[in-house]
Amino acid sequence: MQSLAISHYTVVNALGRGTSSTLEAIRNGKSGLRRCDFLDAQLDTWIGRVEGLESESLPARFAEYDCRNNRLAMLGLVSDGFESAVQDAISRHGSHRIALILGTSTSGILATELAYRERDPQGRLPADFHYRTTHENYSVTDFVRRYLGLQRPAFTISTACSSSAKVFASASRLIDCGLCDAAVVGGVDSLCMTTLYGFSSLEIVSTMPCRPASADRNGISIGEAAGFALLEKPQGRYDVPLLLGYGESSDAYHMSTPHPEGAGARLAMLRALERSALPASAIDYVNLHGTATRANDSAEDRAVCAIFGKETPCSSTKGWTGHTLGAAGITEAAICCLALREGLLPATLNTATVDPEFGMNVLLENRSRKIRTVLSNSFGFGGNNACLILGYGKE
Amino acid sequence: MKVYLKGIGAIGPGFENLDALAGSLQSGSMPDFESFPRPQGNMLPGAERRRASPTVKLAVEVASQALLSSGLNAQDLALVFASSNGDTDTIHQICETLATSERFVSPTRFHNSVHNAAAGYWSIASGSMQPSSSLCAWNGSFSAALLEASGQCLAEGIPVLLAAFDTPFPFPLQEFTPAGKPFGVAMVLDRNPENSIATLSIELCGEDPDSLSGWEAMRSDSSAARAVPLLAALAKGGEVVLEYLEDLSLKVGVTPCAFATAAAAGAAGTRSPGGCA
Repeated sequence: MQSLAISHYTVVNALGRGTSSTLEAIRNGKSGLRRCDFLDAQLDTWIGRVEGLESESLPARFAEYDCRNNRLAMLGLVSDGFESAVQDAISRHGSHRIALILGTSTSGILATELAYRERDPQGRLPADFHYRTTHENYSVTDFVRRYLGLQRPAFTISTACSSSAKVFASASRLIDCGLCDAAVVGGVDSLCMTTLYGFSSLEIVSTMPCRPASADRNGISIGEAAGFALLEKPQGRYDVPLLLGYGESSDAYHMSTPHPEGAGARLAMLRALERSALPASAIDYVNLHGTATRANDSAEDRAVCAIFGKETPCSSTKGWTGHTLGAAGITEAAICCLALREGLLPATLNTATVDPEFGMNVLLENRSRKIRTVLSNSFGFGGNNACLILGYGKE
Repeated sequence: MKVYLKGIGAIGPGFENLDALAGSLQSGSMPDFESFPRPQGNMLPGAERRRASPTVKLAVEVASQALLSSGLNAQDLALVFASSNGDTDTIHQICETLATSERFVSPTRFHNSVHNAAAGYWSIASGSMQPSSSLCAWNGSFSAALLEASGQCLAEGIPVLLAAFDTPFPFPLQEFTPAGKPFGVAMVLDRNPENSIATLSIELCGEDPDSLSGWEAMRSDSSAARAVPLLAALAKGGEVVLEYLEDLSLKVGVTPCAFATAAAAGAAGTRSPGGCA
């Protein structure tokens, strides 16, 4: 495939607003997880909550879009000068040549959850409840498209925890087919009762900060995040990271449990390598999906070992951000871009001892090393797998 | 973008498959819009069928129709599923549960609540490990899926099974969303013309979307039903403008091959060997 330049990117998550907050926390080994203090949720767990979201507001013309998820989206747009980078891109390409593809799993469902608490005696929802502009899965993409003034195709991808990795694949295809010259991609997912109580009922939420790849790991910590990236044809730029390849697959195995041998995960990684025309040996670092559930981490270990053997450095960064679900793909793509820029391979935070059954080389300490090419995994419910390869081009 | 249509399925109020709909389209009279289709999702294994919601059953049933009529193997097809609201019954039930003091969300209900639940059930039932996506764009969800599926066909050279489906929300969310009746449409698209039913030439445009005289109650009822003008054009060919976003529509030029013309004329015709080739 033709590589695409990631000419600008931003993230907002429990570590703070903008890429510098995330980078600083990784350098300092400081997790963004805290004991669950989200609204009135009564759960013994840790979460990656974005501080101050409750007191944010949207510009007046977006009043109907006001909800936790769109506030989080807006924080992303105003961080790292992302909004101005898109305005510059509009002046280069035209607003009618830039597509928008965002991932989310639950969008602003919290607005509906809260409205259901306020039903009147006839069971009706409150008059100030707006379904289309808050909860409906396209609402966040609709909001961002209007906010940025984009006029090309837009849609939301909602494939659970692989959503905002798959947006890179869709953007690559649209650009390849000439439907647009550039694309804004990203993901936004915010805390809600559905995921907190839903993952709890599946008994895959940890009572401690999540410990990916640890021998005693016992589940995820749920987080929230927004992230965006601007993708364009590289046109000879070597100073920015490139999207070199992507791979997608399905497990065809179970709705909420990964294939035990990681067959689908392996296929997604192989397809990404094939598309990038790189051998496995070219990958300097793997950012794992690494949710810290028993099943995910062990299946991913098998898939990673089958392709990369036991040497390639790997880590999960979910101990910092929590599992940001539909925003995990973009969050970890941004962390990979920072790793490439800084020559910093992040550790697997909170994990003291790697599962002795594992074969892959799990980093437990940050490592400084010049790297050129990285791979990031994202796997979701329904056996939905996506893998991205990012790196610097040949000078 | 030019892609070849190889299979098609349709389920909606008053019709259970494309043949039934084609009859109505030919006579010009809309099928009984008051009837409420309840597909059974027969291609799902027993355990999955018991757990599957009406939304999932609609999706897999309409996708099966398109698969069957394409003559292709499910394991070779990438999936693009689209739905404006996803699994409406499940979302309603979860929100209702979360408003009680126990807040006990059943594990099955939770994994059924993801927007890609139907695509997940399909890949499990068909054994397909191909890429699978699930997307939406409010009333433009079908058009978004057509763009994504065509882009995937052309950029990757893989045939794609597209299924767009919507089911109504129960009260009280019902009044906030347009879908009043279940509607599903599915298409198998390919870059390769062999054995195709029609050629679709797809481009973006700023024109107002077409309405369909006498059929507006159905076309405007859900995002999936916005494909009706395209289904209508399959018999005779021509150009249709499909609803997508507020400021963007999809212009689709339809050129039927011999087989489609025979089917539209009511013949049980076999596919002409070359399709549109």
